Amino acid sequence: MIAKGRVHKFGDNVDTDVIIPARYLNTASHKELAAHCMEDIDKDFVNKVAEGDIMVAEKNFGCGSSREHAPIAIKASGISCVIASTFARIFYRNSINIGLPILECDEAAKEIKDGDTVSVNFDTGVITVENTGKTYQAEPFPEFIQNIIAKGGLINSIID
Amino acid sequence: MGMTMSQKILAAHAGLDEVKAGQLINARLDMVLGNDVTSPVAINVFEENGATSVFDNTKIAMIMDHFTPNKDIKAATLVKQTRAFADKYDIKNYMDVGMMGIEHALLPEKGLVGPGCLCIGADSHTCTYGALGAFSTGVGSTDMAAGMISGKAWFKVPSAIKFNIVGKPQGYVSGKDVILHIIGKIGVDGALYKSMEFAGEGLKYLNIDDRLCIANMAIEAGAKNGIFPVDDITREYCNGRYQGTPVEYTADPDAEYDEEYTIDLSTLRPTVSFPHLPENTKTVDEIAEGEVKIDQCVIGSCTNGRISDLRAAAGILKDKKIAGGVRCIIIPGTQSIWLQAMHEGLFDIFVNAGAVVSTPTCGPCLGGHMGILAAGEKAVSTTNRNFVGRMGHVDSEVYLASPAVAAASAVAGYITDPEKV
Repeated sequence: MIAKGRVHKFGDNVDTDVIIPARYLNTASHKELAAHCMEDIDKDFVNKVAEGDIMVAEKNFGCGSSREHAPIAIKASGISCVIASTFARIFYRNSINIGLPILECDEAAKEIKDGDTVSVNFDTGVITVENTGKTYQAEPFPEFIQNIIAKGGLINSIID
Repeated sequence: MGMTMSQKILAAHAGLDEVKAGQLINARLDMVLGNDVTSPVAINVFEENGATSVFDNTKIAMIMDHFTPNKDIKAATLVKQTRAFADKYDIKNYMDVGMMGIEHALLPEKGLVGPGCLCIGADSHTCTYGALGAFSTGVGSTDMAAGMISGKAWFKVPSAIKFNIVGKPQGYVSGKDVILHIIGKIGVDGALYKSMEFAGEGLKYLNIDDRLCIANMAIEAGAKNGIFPVDDITREYCNGRYQGTPVEYTADPDAEYDEEYTIDLSTLRPTVSFPHLPENTKTVDEIAEGEVKIDQCVIGSCTNGRISDLRAAAGILKDKKIAGGVRCIIIPGTQSIWLQAMHEGLFDIFVNAGAVVSTPTCGPCLGGHMGILAAGEKAVSTTNRNFVGRMGHVDSEVYLASPAVAAASAVAGYITDPEKV
């Protein structure tokens, strides 16, 4: 499976309060959450993002609250993949559980720029910057987590 | 190689003699928690996937605390959905207005968590219960749904950082100052994916409320959990309260730690986290008088809404007045803390000083309700996060501090050392 899209770049310690502010947590609607995605860090994000785009950030992405609304808002906004140097652990877990592809790759996270066009091969973990041709190798998921993803998320893997 | 305290609890719940850092395990859960924001998402996952029963209706807690008493129609609708689910599956620990408190103040108080138990909660501050010698960690709503169905969760066994606590705290130094100091030292990702294990002779100077506060903010250093050994202070709190069977785990003498720090409580000073990360700490000695003028003071939350916290605030506010232009909002963590504070006369002190006392709620901590900030406003708060927009407008600011520092600052009108009011 390959994702390809334009990059929206963020820095260190992007927290779940800026990904989806708590004032919008009075709904569980994916569409309503997506309408406010990244609002407190980039209020134009929802106007700029296109289906399939890729989010790139540096260390500790998704720190703070356990709100699953954060990866849900990102996924429902059209983002196909998040690449970061490191992820906060609850965000990492939630993304796998809801089927938002995420990759840890420090070099790619630091070097990829806002507006680059990037493709990601989820089978090999290879990230390619289309406009420069540069490639990076992301850490593969452990087999245990690959099985959760292959079954379409955590719930499917426990109900089987 | 020996195991850490966290690893021993995980091994026991996975039915294994031994686990190692990095190992992926499936473990049996003693408690699965959700609140009014995260439970509805979990219920949707539960129902969309055709589940028809819960693993154990006594081991699920649904605490309506974030936006309650319901702040608007949408919030009321989420609580209504959760109440209907709790009725349908006879969830014994569904707690709404009248019974509820802030979840991480309430579960220890009700004895729903205790030494040796394994708990997951769809709230990041679920790590609070490590104060009681439990392995407890925050997860998302899908994990909560899976836990409600199967009674199990998967974990990657964490490595650990050990904090040797020595010395005796001086003056107004409390558990909050200890954890803010540690986060200032190691950073907001300093313990990412790891356990923070506390040990040492200085622990005897930290009461149960101090420990709950310290474990509560382990997540603010990125940790998976924070955990304290079980001692007489823990036993005194849990005896006659914990509904399960307490099991006391201790780290092996040859347990391996990624890093070790020594924290000398006698050298700590009241500490404040400046916007917009908990790691941006300064001691009160490094803040000039009048440097940070405040518009609001919040004393409460799962971090500092316990009786010791209210007593500390009352100790400062007695026979004093809140500074003009400052709103001081005091939020006891649970109904029983509220009653106790009232009986001790603390409410007279608060109201006479010009503060207001709220029903238990998470409310302003996450910018929900009951004290939202406008653009340009600043709050000193005993809560746990000071991210951009956390308590309201994206251009407002939150300064994290202990109840004593927050109360003293409310009197001064700017952030100050409690010794100075």
